[in-house]
Amino acid sequence: MATLAQSSSEQLIEVKDLRMHFPVTRGIIFQRRVGTVKAVDGVSFTIKRGETLGLVGESGCGKSTTGRAILQLYRPTSGQVIFQGTDLTKLRGNDLRHMRRRVQMIFQDPYASLNPRMTVGDIIAEPIRVHKLREGRAVRERVEELLHLVGLNPAFANRYPHEFSGGQRQRIGIARALAVEPDFVVCDEPVSALDVSIQAQVVNLLEELQDKLGLTYLFIAHDLSVVNHISDRVAVMYLGKVVELAEGPKLYSMPLHPYTQALLSAVPIPDPKVEQQRRRIILEGDVPSPLNPPSGCHFHTRCPIAIQKCREEEPPFVDYGNGHFAACWRARESATLMPEVARKQAEAITARIAADIGRVKSITHEQDR
Amino acid sequence: MAPLLEVRDLRTYFHTQDGIVKAVDGVSFYVNRGETLGIVGESGCGKSVTSLSIMRLIPTPPGKIAGGQILFDGEDLLQASEEEMRNIRGNRIAMIFQDPMTSLNPVLTIGRQITESLELHLKLTKKEARDRAVELLDMVGIPSASKRLDNYPHQFSGGMRQRVMIAMALSCNPELLIADEPTTALDVTIQAQILELINRLREELGTAVILITHDLGVVAGMTDRVTVMYAGKVVEEGPTSEIFANPRMPYTIGLLRSIPRLDEERGRRLTPIRGLPPNLIDLPPICPFSPRCDYAREECLASAPALRSVGQYHRAACHFDITIDTPVPQQVTSDVAA
Repeated sequence: MATLAQSSSEQLIEVKDLRMHFPVTRGIIFQRRVGTVKAVDGVSFTIKRGETLGLVGESGCGKSTTGRAILQLYRPTSGQVIFQGTDLTKLRGNDLRHMRRRVQMIFQDPYASLNPRMTVGDIIAEPIRVHKLREGRAVRERVEELLHLVGLNPAFANRYPHEFSGGQRQRIGIARALAVEPDFVVCDEPVSALDVSIQAQVVNLLEELQDKLGLTYLFIAHDLSVVNHISDRVAVMYLGKVVELAEGPKLYSMPLHPYTQALLSAVPIPDPKVEQQRRRIILEGDVPSPLNPPSGCHFHTRCPIAIQKCREEEPPFVDYGNGHFAACWRARESATLMPEVARKQAEAITARIAADIGRVKSITHEQDR
Repeated sequence: MAPLLEVRDLRTYFHTQDGIVKAVDGVSFYVNRGETLGIVGESGCGKSVTSLSIMRLIPTPPGKIAGGQILFDGEDLLQASEEEMRNIRGNRIAMIFQDPMTSLNPVLTIGRQITESLELHLKLTKKEARDRAVELLDMVGIPSASKRLDNYPHQFSGGMRQRVMIAMALSCNPELLIADEPTTALDVTIQAQILELINRLREELGTAVILITHDLGVVAGMTDRVTVMYAGKVVEEGPTSEIFANPRMPYTIGLLRSIPRLDEERGRRLTPIRGLPPNLIDLPPICPFSPRCDYAREECLASAPALRSVGQYHRAACHFDITIDTPVPQQVTSDVAA
């Protein structure tokens, strides 16, 4: 028992080779299985107590599915989710319900995730009643305490969700998640639907609550600046797999995977001086369909430095020093190769502009004559 | 040289059951030929209504352009007849909308949607229009363009649809392109592709661009000048480098302080703007930002500040000389968002 307690103080949650496959069927009565969407395909990471792990990636990369599969909102196809020594994927019925008290979720859309027919007080009180944490008057008191905690007026308990703005609704969603005193919270794009000036309010609230209550977060978002700001470590996902995982500053200063490098270079920085000097790495094309992912490394179809090996063999997810993991055959060389790619791209674009302007000129000259 | 587009004291109001919403209330700005102007603001600040007013696409009722002038190449668009407007829309001024999923007609092929305006405005024959459409799709980077012409919008990804939208917008070589949140619905690597495309085409065609966005990062990289809007009014305007280096309106300062930056130092705390944007119905004659402003004083509640010059080409709507270095005065901070 002592060893278990010790290990749990170090690692709160461990995800091992998590897979979430969705069948694609055809036919109405006799459903034939015609394919599989491998939304999450072998994801592993650990989160320490009190830590924030950021999970970034583009739409369709499986980051939200990962969050849901960890909480058992989807039952994973295979893999383990070990939360304080218990494998959540093995739990059923009451055991699972009890465990849900410890792991909670904050949803993306503050407009769709609150029941419009319930008052805010009832929304927040519901999990307290379900888990029988308080009774009678104490429920009400707890609701008011929670509203105060998330920066809302406790008198708002009698109002309905439609009376609140997006940022305030997100605070209600946070209060509901915290009502059951969880240890671990999955934040699924909690600020994406909010305006910039409101985003900062919610990000700061999440940080304050973490300090106050010792929460552990899995912070899922597509906005790298926000993820980098709030997270201790960041995992980058592409097409169902984690391609790189490192501490925030390290990932930002020396990314190893070409996808991370392209992603980071694509994020605009609100400073014209910095922007003028930056060179973007523009990835060609779109993310391939997870229904039929490319062979070998999933990224090779868009990777500017892919070699034959990338097409044939899947790169292992290995530690390149001090917990900086990456899945790329060319991880060691990419830092020198990619700036060259960016330079060539910039040259190609300039050349194209010159060529096109030349063409337009020659056409107008002809017309003049 | 006169600017290509000059908006003077534009007022667009919406009549609702609760009262008159002054979505755009006395907005003025200009765009020179070949220049990129950024209009920044949060949802509800009136930036999209401004662009729709320029195109005269405000649904009437409930909306109504209550006053002002929109001078395009010297001609007031608000006085133009509906027929003259049809001739300008899509031909001399084109627009790209935010949502590439809903702004294409799902039951027409991409080819038909591009050739429609070519046949209408440029009087091309079907064959010529089709050739030109292939050229356009090729220009915006859609592979095997001639085959894709017969595809329907649902067969394209989000980024590809936005490329089609851009191809349509540029089909008649417009003098002005209005891009209303062109990349908001897209992923960041796709956003980079589209921004690069707009940049390249702008250079090639010499089109003036109005870029409407809430993303200060996009504005920093793409624009020559910036207009910041808040509650239906212009609150600051100036050259992009100047606005970012030396913002003078507390709202702009607040925005810059509240966004996380990828290249920021560790452990930096964001400074959010407290409260919420005001309701645009019956705005009292005070500085609209004063309820959220850290620097607000009594004068702010006496009258709404007009734009005043705070530097060469740089104007801000604030009674006081506040810069990003002005210390925030101590005051009772309440945690409760009322």
